[in-house]
Amino acid sequence: MADLLLIANLAGRRIAFPASEVEAVVELEGVTPAPRAAGHVAGLSALRSRVLTVIDGLASLGFGRSEGAGLTEAIVIPSGGHTYALLVDDVEDVIEAAGPVSPVGAPLGPGWDRVALGMVEADSALFLLVDPHALIAGPAASAA
Amino acid sequence: MDELLNDFIAETRDMLQALSGAIVAWEAAPHDRSRLDEIFRFVHTVKGNCGFFDLPRLEQLSHAAEGALAEVRSGGRAADTRLVNAVLAVIDRIGELVQALESGESLASEDDEHLIAALAPEDSAPAVLPEAAAAIEPETRKAVRSIRLSVDLLDRMMNGVSDAVLARNELARRLRDAPRDVAVEAAFERVSACIAEIRDGITRTRMQRIDSLFAGLPRLVRDLSAELGKQVRLQIDGGDVELDREMIEMIRDPLTHIVRNAIDHGIEPTEVRAAAGKPKAGLLRVSARQAGNQILIEAADDGRGIDGEALVRKARAAGLLTAGQAEKLTPSQKTALVFAAGVSTAGEVTAISGRGVGMDVVRANIERIGGVVDIDSRATQGVRLCIRVPLTLTIIPALTVSAGGQVFAIPRSAIDEILRVRGGAVRFDTVGDAEVAMVRERRVPVVGLAPLLGVSATAARDDQKIILLRPAGGDVYALIVDAVHDHEELVVKPAAPAVMAAGLYAGTTLADDGRPILLLDPSGMAKQAGLRFEDSDIDRALLAGADGAEAPREETTLLLLRTLAGGVRAVPVTVVERIEDVAADAVGFSAGKLRVALGDRILPLAGCEAAPAAGKLRILRLTDGASEIAYGFAEVIDIRALAPDLQPALAPGEVAGVFLLDGAQVELLDPYWLFAVHAGAGQAGQAGRVRPVCALPAGDPWIDNMLKPLIESLGYRIAGASEDAADVVIALEGDEVADGGAGAGATPVVRIRARPEHGGGKDDSIYRYDRAALIGALSALSAAKGKAHG
Repeated sequence: MADLLLIANLAGRRIAFPASEVEAVVELEGVTPAPRAAGHVAGLSALRSRVLTVIDGLASLGFGRSEGAGLTEAIVIPSGGHTYALLVDDVEDVIEAAGPVSPVGAPLGPGWDRVALGMVEADSALFLLVDPHALIAGPAASAA
Repeated sequence: MDELLNDFIAETRDMLQALSGAIVAWEAAPHDRSRLDEIFRFVHTVKGNCGFFDLPRLEQLSHAAEGALAEVRSGGRAADTRLVNAVLAVIDRIGELVQALESGESLASEDDEHLIAALAPEDSAPAVLPEAAAAIEPETRKAVRSIRLSVDLLDRMMNGVSDAVLARNELARRLRDAPRDVAVEAAFERVSACIAEIRDGITRTRMQRIDSLFAGLPRLVRDLSAELGKQVRLQIDGGDVELDREMIEMIRDPLTHIVRNAIDHGIEPTEVRAAAGKPKAGLLRVSARQAGNQILIEAADDGRGIDGEALVRKARAAGLLTAGQAEKLTPSQKTALVFAAGVSTAGEVTAISGRGVGMDVVRANIERIGGVVDIDSRATQGVRLCIRVPLTLTIIPALTVSAGGQVFAIPRSAIDEILRVRGGAVRFDTVGDAEVAMVRERRVPVVGLAPLLGVSATAARDDQKIILLRPAGGDVYALIVDAVHDHEELVVKPAAPAVMAAGLYAGTTLADDGRPILLLDPSGMAKQAGLRFEDSDIDRALLAGADGAEAPREETTLLLLRTLAGGVRAVPVTVVERIEDVAADAVGFSAGKLRVALGDRILPLAGCEAAPAAGKLRILRLTDGASEIAYGFAEVIDIRALAPDLQPALAPGEVAGVFLLDGAQVELLDPYWLFAVHAGAGQAGQAGRVRPVCALPAGDPWIDNMLKPLIESLGYRIAGASEDAADVVIALEGDEVADGGAGAGATPVVRIRARPEHGGGKDDSIYRYDRAALIGALSALSAAKGKAHG
């Protein structure tokens, strides 16, 4: 069975997440800021009775912060005992991978190198497969 | 214990299953050494475990089988078919017994002896069984209907219930807005009640007896004491207290660390103890009890105590204290240094405690779950550590506040007091860039929540509120917030590492309306704000000291009040139980004096001449520990820590004397006189007793104001100036005891010193505020006296 990929847009690129790592895609009802938390943390939000830590995908890549308004679509990802909501520009669809993941073999540019798992073909297009956990960990984790 | 037993049963059953192959193989080839060894190991393990659980039947069976197999292994006996059968029968019986244990049935025991006898060599006489074996029935266990659940599943159920609660709240809001429909409301009430019940049930499933936390201690103590060559007796108490499962896990490491510390550093080696006249074996008492919605876990040892001076030296070396600060520390502040980061009690790092985990980590861990650690150390007598934690980890009482338009929660356990900025009770001073608040003559550092969080405050300074926070032990600081909202019971979850990285938060939680709230961590905030350890306490000692050379010791906290007649009087807050408003008709002139009815009690009333005509009367309830009296007054003016320069009153009376405060005369009430006059009637029984006489040094204001009432409250009569005979003499350190008459030489003397520190050597004096020691000394004397007379 082919791997399922979640296709999303982040920082102007179409990227893929392994769908197995994703719990759901939800609309967030408002984000409560978490002052002084790590820079890529946009705040907290609630999903039913769970508190989600909202991660700003753009900030995690080191590309600045996402625009505040209208950012409600998020990818819910459980990681390390906590549940995160990853903010991306938008979420497209879940599709089947057409082949195995292969290494990219070329520098992807700052930000992307840290989170890339490789590239994968699907739906007759080539996507960068991104490790959501690396996005969640944020830039500080790789520096350490 | 039940859990351990379940583990034992499960383990034994697993072993039996694994062994079944070996048993069959051994039956076929009795001389196969490896099979023999395997079976031997099994019975040996079972025997070992049984000893632990007090299961005499299983123990006897496995012991017998082990004995027989040991003989075979050593070559003293051949494994013949008869032995093989006998051993197999024993193993089968072990299986049956374990099965019976699990299901709670009891199994007839008479066959056991046959089985054991069958193990004996053929030619020997039938084994005689110890009588006890047949007599002891296995513990009849009630069938426990239980299943194992993963904590994950419980958490999911808990989450589900929390969801249900939120959904119910949402529904309740909608219902309030919708047109009323009685039938719908009734149905909603039913659903509400069901949800509450389920929530209660689920919460209880998370509770676990604290036994499971204590179960590992005997082994830990045994191993440690063996390793260190010390003798330690462990006393465990209160294992039936129930605590949230998760909480137990959170306490496990800190408690283990405390126990390690107690044995490694606290309890002395046997020979040292013997030399100090202590019992050879050190005593370590670990106990748990529930007090209100808190659990108290106490670990007390009778070891050498914590060397406060050594801690001070360490703290000095680590740059935490200046020499000046160190000098001003009280003994308890010195002891509390053990919680400072970078200060370890150990002179050298040992294998046991020196694992890089200090008491600072213990305190941090306990505080993380909303708990508090207190330490009390007495040189040569031991250390008592008390951990106080909330009943459940998941639901903690908290206060919601806001800063910069956002709501945060603060654990209530850390909150001392809430004040208004504008109230006048607080004065702000700026020292350099730092702000210091003066709260009732006490300086505390100020931390603004909004600046700390990097947001801008939304409320004007005058509208802001001050929360006095006491993270643990003593470092009080004032947190300025925009607004204080509500007390809430919050379900707290750990926050993600990226959020915790801020160092300000203890967790996350959801408000009733479903929005997330961050729970602030009081000690984390202090750290992030750059407040240094114990600053406030140290400063307090320093500042108080700066006012006058000996000021801090003379200060008394006084409640200033306006009397009904309009005068200003002061009363030591220590005797004030509480302030209450009573209706005028509760006051009456009855049985010869003015009294006030409070609930089901009647207290003598002082401070007013007649019952008020109407309205309310404000009273102070004063207590001397045994009896209470009421004192009517008009209003509270302030509470101040003062060292009054008292001009004594001319004659004993309601007022002990007068002193100047801010240029005005303030009369100091004489609680002793009040009690003597007003509560006297109630204590007529005591008057008939011959009260022992205590002689006090004359002319010392501290003695007169503080000590005298205390001594008198203990039932002593204070010797008059002209009296020579006294049952006990209290002398200040350095004073010669006035050698009165012939009998005075035999009069016991209790010496009091002004310094908290012990003089060392033969100094048997008592620190003047060490009330417990003082009372102890006096009662020891009167007990000795009683004996001498008897």
